[in-house]
Amino acid sequence: MEDRILTLVTFFPLIGAVLLMFVPKERDDSVKSIALIIAFITFLFSLMMYSMFDPVANGMQFEVNIPWISTFGISYHLGIDGISLLLIMLTTLLSVIVMISSWNSVKSGVKGYFISMLMLETGMLGVFVSLDLFLFYVFWEAMLIPMYFIIGVWGGPRKIYAAIKFVLFTMFGSLLMLVALLYLMFMYHSFAGEYSFNMIELYKMPIPLGAQTYIFLAFALAFAIKVPIWPFHTWLPDAHVQAPTAGSVILAGVLLKMGTYGFIRICLPMFPEATLQFVPLISILSLIGIIYGALVAMVQRDIKSLVAYSSVSHLGFVMLGMMALNVQGLEGSVLQMINHGISTGALFLIVGMIYERRHTRMISDFGGLAKSMPVFSTFFMIASLSSIGLPLTNGFVGEFLILLGVYKANPVYAIIAATGVILAACYMLWMLQRVIFGKITNPENEKLKDLDLREKIILIPLVILIFWIGIYPKPFLERIEPAVKNIVSIVNSSRTASEARMSKGYKCVGDRCDTHTVSIGGN
Amino acid sequence: MDIKSAAIFFDILYPEIFLLAVGMFILVVGNIFKNRTFLAYLALVGLIGALVLTLQQWNAPQSGFYGMVQIDNFSIFFNVIFLSAGIIATLMARDYLRAHNIERFEFYPLILFATVGMMIMASSADLIVIFLGLEIMSIPLYVMAGFFRNDPNSNESSVKYFIMGAFATAFLLYGIALIYGAAGTTDLRRIMTDLGYLVSHSGFFLYSGALLVLIGFGFKVAAVPFHMWVPDVYQGAPTPVTAYFSVAPKAAGFAAILRIFIYGLGGLNELSVIFWILAILTMSVGNLMAIFQTNIKRMLAYSSIAHAGYIMVALSVGGDGAVSAAAFYLLAYTFFNLGGFAIVTLINSRTGSTAAIDEMKGMSVRHPFLAALLALFMFALAGFPPTAGFFGKFYLFSEAVKAGYIWLTVIAVMNSFVSVYYYLRIVVVAYFGKADEEFAPVSFKPAIWLVLVITAAGTLILGLLPQFGLQLAQMCMFSFK
Repeated sequence: MEDRILTLVTFFPLIGAVLLMFVPKERDDSVKSIALIIAFITFLFSLMMYSMFDPVANGMQFEVNIPWISTFGISYHLGIDGISLLLIMLTTLLSVIVMISSWNSVKSGVKGYFISMLMLETGMLGVFVSLDLFLFYVFWEAMLIPMYFIIGVWGGPRKIYAAIKFVLFTMFGSLLMLVALLYLMFMYHSFAGEYSFNMIELYKMPIPLGAQTYIFLAFALAFAIKVPIWPFHTWLPDAHVQAPTAGSVILAGVLLKMGTYGFIRICLPMFPEATLQFVPLISILSLIGIIYGALVAMVQRDIKSLVAYSSVSHLGFVMLGMMALNVQGLEGSVLQMINHGISTGALFLIVGMIYERRHTRMISDFGGLAKSMPVFSTFFMIASLSSIGLPLTNGFVGEFLILLGVYKANPVYAIIAATGVILAACYMLWMLQRVIFGKITNPENEKLKDLDLREKIILIPLVILIFWIGIYPKPFLERIEPAVKNIVSIVNSSRTASEARMSKGYKCVGDRCDTHTVSIGGN
Repeated sequence: MDIKSAAIFFDILYPEIFLLAVGMFILVVGNIFKNRTFLAYLALVGLIGALVLTLQQWNAPQSGFYGMVQIDNFSIFFNVIFLSAGIIATLMARDYLRAHNIERFEFYPLILFATVGMMIMASSADLIVIFLGLEIMSIPLYVMAGFFRNDPNSNESSVKYFIMGAFATAFLLYGIALIYGAAGTTDLRRIMTDLGYLVSHSGFFLYSGALLVLIGFGFKVAAVPFHMWVPDVYQGAPTPVTAYFSVAPKAAGFAAILRIFIYGLGGLNELSVIFWILAILTMSVGNLMAIFQTNIKRMLAYSSIAHAGYIMVALSVGGDGAVSAAAFYLLAYTFFNLGGFAIVTLINSRTGSTAAIDEMKGMSVRHPFLAALLALFMFALAGFPPTAGFFGKFYLFSEAVKAGYIWLTVIAVMNSFVSVYYYLRIVVVAYFGKADEEFAPVSFKPAIWLVLVITAAGTLILGLLPQFGLQLAQMCMFSFK
């Protein structure tokens, strides 16, 4: 079981998607039920995986390594550590939730929609379980296709523009990443005498600083667009706002995390020296993102675009914490990835629920919803507060750890970032005030029905997680910790090595002084 | 030199002879049998029979006709591409010709004869025989382009193709003459052996000859700036013929280029500059022009120019790796490009169709499965994993990176990026058009289903499990190296 569980979790949704193709398209209800059951079983498998996961063990677990395209040393190599574990749990959980949430909102092309959703789930899970760089790339790119359809077919009025922009932005980065991937492949060949895309092996390869910088930039650009780091964020508001609710939830909840995950899994351990060089740049861009995202969120008139811009700000925190390159910062960063998935996912769901009732998302159309929809307003309140990072909610733990880590690394950054927290409170609370408090100014808001059972079922698990992580984050943090420590130690050893080199004038790469001359060209 | 090459040895040309015989037979009986479907089957039997005969020669290099004909894994790999393209085009053609009332029996022998010409081009080690093959291929193609006898566009297509083809042939022959003048032989094997001596003694004529030959083939594979004829010819010709044009003659042109410039004249490293200039021009012009097209056949014409550019990236690197990468890419391209054309054929079989991109509107509502396949082929053309289009590009570009042409690879992937835009536009029209828009139903025939299944399977298998195809492509080598 140990070696099959990852394959099972990753490909079970795909099997479901293939099954769905044979269901007649008129039978909407069977399509929906099957999709939900598949997503739920996938979630159960991932729970099983969670229970089998050894929280204290160091290194990768449930590893599978089967040759795939042996000519290039490409293999079907899966494995997870605590970081990927939590992201997988988030993905499978959110997938179940979006299946339920799309139950009534998707009216045309139901079958295609659920097939795309299941394929998307496989694509996302594949990114998190791959330990082979080629396989990672395949999942990274393949996942664009279902997301493209979800935005483009079932999206809002400007869906086509948003879908194409989403794909083109992502492709631009990925294609440069492909060149870097090829370069890395031949570099590894001249280093080890064979082709391999095994990430764990690639971590050990010393890369001369010059080449490392370029390869890092190619990878970092692809990831930065996905995160998105300011100024590569312009696709995000379009895609989020135009996507259907479920699409926004997945986009914010999981897809953005693929970018940050890429930084942690590939950039930091594989190119530690280049990362160290770019810490100031990325930190400053993240700070700009934090402040800019918050300020732009503040002036939005549409609730959904407010939440979308708040993502830019929150992901800025995630990146800033990561660039602290110490245990607290990285732990906070990983935890905040999960938190953002939960809180922002919940917010998008809530916005979707009100949109289904009123067919508008303009803040000015609402007011006083607390009177007509008390349950809805409570959930909205909780999700917003967790997004702000109020103590006892998940957001607090994540942001606190990030600020702690960043303060250790560079107090100035921490101080600037802290203002982002205040701004978050401003735009969120101001929005809440205008939407759910005050008097009911618009008569249409008086008769609104409160949440039904289905909608409560969607939100309750997220609320439980909000408080669970907020009050007792230990089970999550202890699983992240070994993986994070691993990465920090790789980065630190290269930091000491480069400092030593600075003082002594040796030519060292990483912690290994150069014995191989790694070069490319000449067969 | 092999003993066997000192004689004729007809047996090594059995596949070509068989194909030729079947073609002749169809010509003879064509007027007797009123049942054209039977003739289509006959043509298929010829192509499949030739395929079987060709495959039997795998891994047993032989030469004959006094060394002029060279059967090796390289020629067999390309013959398989030509024959597959021929089979798929024949399957597509029957229903299309019937729908347009031009179901004349000459069509099938023409395809067979053109295929014979291509096979000779790929199997020859002598410039004159390559030229013969080229002519045997070209003349049937000129006729096929003008198969709509009463349609001015099709006539224009045919005449344009003929004039440009004749022009290209002149360049080619002049080039061959110069090489002959420099080397005193047209045998590529001898040119290769004596290359160092030839360069030092008659380098000017050799290089000029090589350039002219390259221009000649540049026309055939539609490299920029020799591509002017492509959009008009592709648009005017009947769609299955266009499909065949976009794959088979291109592959044949590349087979000849590979044989001449990597094997025979492989030592002329300076030509690499010409190849990468051509590659950049071809990719960029093809992709940029494709963006502005409103007719899907024209768009695919420019897209096929761009794909020739990607292959030229590997050519500028040279060496065995480039040959394998180009061969693998052409095989993969055969599947997904013909798949895309099969769907265009379906659309274009409806009466009054001009193959405008807008005719795809609403396809996903009426024919969801067809739309899904269209999306598959477009994503493959754009180079998305897990399709053959991705792995093919991965392999091609890896050769460039291996040789240190990183900047060229960056230009190539940026071109690939541009191409995403116009391929996705097709998907946009097929999927995102409003549901109420009318998509006139297309009539599915079993033959076109078979084509779609073959091409989709090829696109997915070469993408997901490329190892086997990769091994074959790596065995795809010239003998007598």
